[in-house]
Amino acid sequence: MKKLLLATATVALSAGATYADDVKLGILLGYTGPLESLAPGMTAGAEMAIKEISDSGKFMDGSTVTAVRADSTCIDAGAATSAGERLITVDGVKGIMGAMCSGATTAVLQNVAMANGMVMISPSATSPALSQMEDDGLFFRTAPSDARQGAVMADIVMDHDIKSVALTYTNNDYGKGLADSFQRSFEEKGGEVTIVAAHEDGKGDYSAEVAALASAGGDALVVAGYVDQGGSGILRGALDTGAFYTFVLPDGMVASALEENFGDELDGSFGQIPAAEGEGKDKFLAIAEENGFDGSQVYASEAYDAAALMLLAMQAAGSTDPSVYKDKIMQIANGPGEKILPGELGHALDLIAAGDAIDYDGGSAVDFVGGGESAGTFREIEITDGKIETVQYR
Amino acid sequence: MDAINALVALTNYVIIPATSYGAQLALGALGVTLVYAILRFSNFAHGDTMAFGTAITILMTWIIQQAGLSLGPLPTALLALPIGIVLTAGFALLTDRIVYRHYRKIRASPVVMVMVSVGVMFVMNALTRIVISVFSVPILGAREAVSGVDEIQFADGARFLISARDFRDWTGLAEPLALRATSVITVVTTVIVVVALFWFLNRTRAGKSMRAFSDNEDLALLSGINPARVVAITWIIAAALATIAGTLYGLDKSFKAFNYFQLLLPIFAAAIVGGIGNPVGAVVGGFIIAFSEVGITYAWKKVMGYILPAWEPSGLVQLLSTDYKFAVSFTILIIVLIFRPTGLFKGKTI
Repeated sequence: MKKLLLATATVALSAGATYADDVKLGILLGYTGPLESLAPGMTAGAEMAIKEISDSGKFMDGSTVTAVRADSTCIDAGAATSAGERLITVDGVKGIMGAMCSGATTAVLQNVAMANGMVMISPSATSPALSQMEDDGLFFRTAPSDARQGAVMADIVMDHDIKSVALTYTNNDYGKGLADSFQRSFEEKGGEVTIVAAHEDGKGDYSAEVAALASAGGDALVVAGYVDQGGSGILRGALDTGAFYTFVLPDGMVASALEENFGDELDGSFGQIPAAEGEGKDKFLAIAEENGFDGSQVYASEAYDAAALMLLAMQAAGSTDPSVYKDKIMQIANGPGEKILPGELGHALDLIAAGDAIDYDGGSAVDFVGGGESAGTFREIEITDGKIETVQYR
Repeated sequence: MDAINALVALTNYVIIPATSYGAQLALGALGVTLVYAILRFSNFAHGDTMAFGTAITILMTWIIQQAGLSLGPLPTALLALPIGIVLTAGFALLTDRIVYRHYRKIRASPVVMVMVSVGVMFVMNALTRIVISVFSVPILGAREAVSGVDEIQFADGARFLISARDFRDWTGLAEPLALRATSVITVVTTVIVVVALFWFLNRTRAGKSMRAFSDNEDLALLSGINPARVVAITWIIAAALATIAGTLYGLDKSFKAFNYFQLLLPIFAAAIVGGIGNPVGAVVGGFIIAFSEVGITYAWKKVMGYILPAWEPSGLVQLLSTDYKFAVSFTILIIVLIFRPTGLFKGKTI
């Protein structure tokens, strides 16, 4: 930690700019706790963005940026709250990149950030509950809500002109959450869900489940499950009995095992998986490699984007005051303006200084919807001749 | 036409699955019932004996497949089955020699024997997983090898007698009907095994001595029946039934070492409903449990819609959600134990 601060400071000094100020940015992640293995990659991503902006010498009349790390844990709301408090009152940060888990994020947002008027951009909190929460316009996230995939799936099903589906989900939080959000958006769009039935993973026999689904009927069967678990059992049973011929397959079901086990039996079925692929991701991976870490780690690019967004918004507002720059974040993220990819932050700073508009895309194709959360990109797939083919990105 | 559609839907989703499931339960329940009749305890390890036997059969199937042999349209596993039975029977006899014989000698009470079988169950389950994963390496090669908890599909040969798409093309009916080869094999094998078993029990000397031993142990001993021989034959038959039932279940669904433990409850329910210790009861009980499980959790909406179009049910007409499938066997078990503890066919009282 000390070493890092020292290193960052040295880097800032060696840049040799006549800097006006040193802006501190909090990196609040779960360095301890159940997701601690994700924290290093995310930190590296965020600090890469901070370094890039700081080194450019173009930030706020030559100001530098320093990262201050704090541990949000993942499950201890009390520890997360006091870590957030320390960042704001002791370290005097101007924005918080964090927190990591949805629970810790909620605690810090409600207890600390809103009380102090501090902006938070979480790279990894995905709970649908955060969408509805009151946040005074201070909270954003560069990861899509779990509810988003359900909505995207409903769109895709509608686009296939299917109006009535049966729905089965694996009986856990993932399956239930996805099934709920899909059902809600599908019915809002005028579709009909004939049955919602849970299935347990790890059973030998799914004929009773398939029989119930078949009786309820529908033009397609949505299987919100796992391909190496009960999801495949349901598919097998439904195909064998001729109950359904078209299946809608979300992320848990789209894997190469599907091609191996079913081949062309699934032709015509379709689905989607979250995928931040494209030019931005490739560039991010490249500069991450230059900086000596693996950019493909989970949420690393989202962390980069969260830090970059906050700093670019400060530049656009001409102020490091959270209550001022918070209003610029949506505009930076959604444009209109010139697209900014990873590694082009210096250029973005120039554009903003010159009064030109930018549309920050970054490593995870940032595009905010609702109250400031990433829409996320989803890869729509279809199975043709026994192969999973990409149709388009949504 | 509607009546035919209703019948087809019923056959496809209730009658065919319940019949093959019932046949598998019947074979399992026969094994449990025989052990109960002769050795006088509920063998909780029977489910995992099925898993063990199936694992051995799968290994043999792979070896036979690699030797290039096959049964044409029939699954190769049928060819491997006799070897699986012999090895599993040997293993059952070994278990009896090492474990159960000691408890018989000290005349342990049935409750103690049941607990012993629970211990054997855990050991067998672990062994099954070890055996299938370790031996899959030399047989399939390191790359294709399976782990002990993997789901394994080992059915080869023809998959369907009637496939759903073909049936629809032939008949033009709205409802599909599929008849899988494994369902037919299951039922045919069960019929053959049950007939052979009843012939053995009723017509042969060894079978008669088993029944005598079951009816009255002391009298049987007095009339010169060798108890060690009766016990050995019982284990061999139980292991054979377990291996056949397990392999048929695995062929029809898929093999997973943990799944057989879950079959234990419906199997015991089947044996007790029919009257434990009574072979006819075990077979009937197997089908009663299977048809109740499938029938009660089936959503009757479609069938009702065909039969009574005027009524047009808005709900699913499902008595119990499929999540509660096992609750059905439990409920039947409890009702039978309260109102008719000897079961439908006058078995023994538990």
